Amino acid sequence: MELVGAIITLLGAFVLLIASIGLIRMPDVYNRLQVGTKASTLGTILSLIGLVFIMPGWSGKLILLIFFIMMTNPVSSHVLARAAYFIKIPFTSRTVVDKLKVSERALTIKTED
Amino acid sequence: MKNISIIFLILMIVWVLLNNTFQLNILIPGAIIALIISLLMCRRCDIFAEMKFTPKSIAYTFIYLGIFFIDLLKSNMDVTRRVLSPSLPIRPGIVEVKTKLKSKFARMLLANSITLTPGTLTVDVKEDSFFIHWIYVEEDEIEKASEKIVEKFEKYLEVIYG
Repeated sequence: MELVGAIITLLGAFVLLIASIGLIRMPDVYNRLQVGTKASTLGTILSLIGLVFIMPGWSGKLILLIFFIMMTNPVSSHVLARAAYFIKIPFTSRTVVDKLKVSERALTIKTED
Repeated sequence: MKNISIIFLILMIVWVLLNNTFQLNILIPGAIIALIISLLMCRRCDIFAEMKFTPKSIAYTFIYLGIFFIDLLKSNMDVTRRVLSPSLPIRPGIVEVKTKLKSKFARMLLANSITLTPGTLTVDVKEDSFFIHWIYVEEDEIEKASEKIVEKFEKYLEVIYG
């Protein structure tokens, strides 16, 4: 039982490692947020599930933690991305399309008329 | 009334999970406090009002959770592949998708699910369009992108929240 828990926790740590490599390799804020959110969510969930196997007495609290992380992690990264967009942090040069900019311009033209 | 009972149930579940027991001397104070909180705080909160409680919607909730978890795993495989491959295969961009969902709570869940699934991150929400940062843009037309990103969650959330 403890071995299973240790392996799952190790997997979680590995996912977190990949997230940190991704943070260094990605070219701009938005891509970094992508990697950070997904990998850190799964990494944390896996670590906590591993702890459930090691310490069955804590399982209720750990399940609650997993639920909170699943609900709050995407929200925080969405808010960060939105803030980054509206203070005009530049995209990387490999960006191909920006529909939000087009719709913003349409909105300002409409209000000017 | 429905709101109050749902909030009461959520608070009770959290209380039981935190204490990890079913003893009466712990359950009863928890029930009293949960009742007081739900009566005081939830006169006007209506986020659960659109939720339906039919057997079909409950079954779909579980299917939705399953699909969500599978997608979370898939998205991590995807991220791993992109991060570790030397050429860094990204083609990022912001695309617009439309949703048919009406209720606020369902839209919130949809935006969260989009953020946690392969290569997509919700940047902004305006009325019924979501602006999504996509790490590898395949389609930049609204209908096709909606089909690829939104539809797999939408059909379940539509049954649950209408």
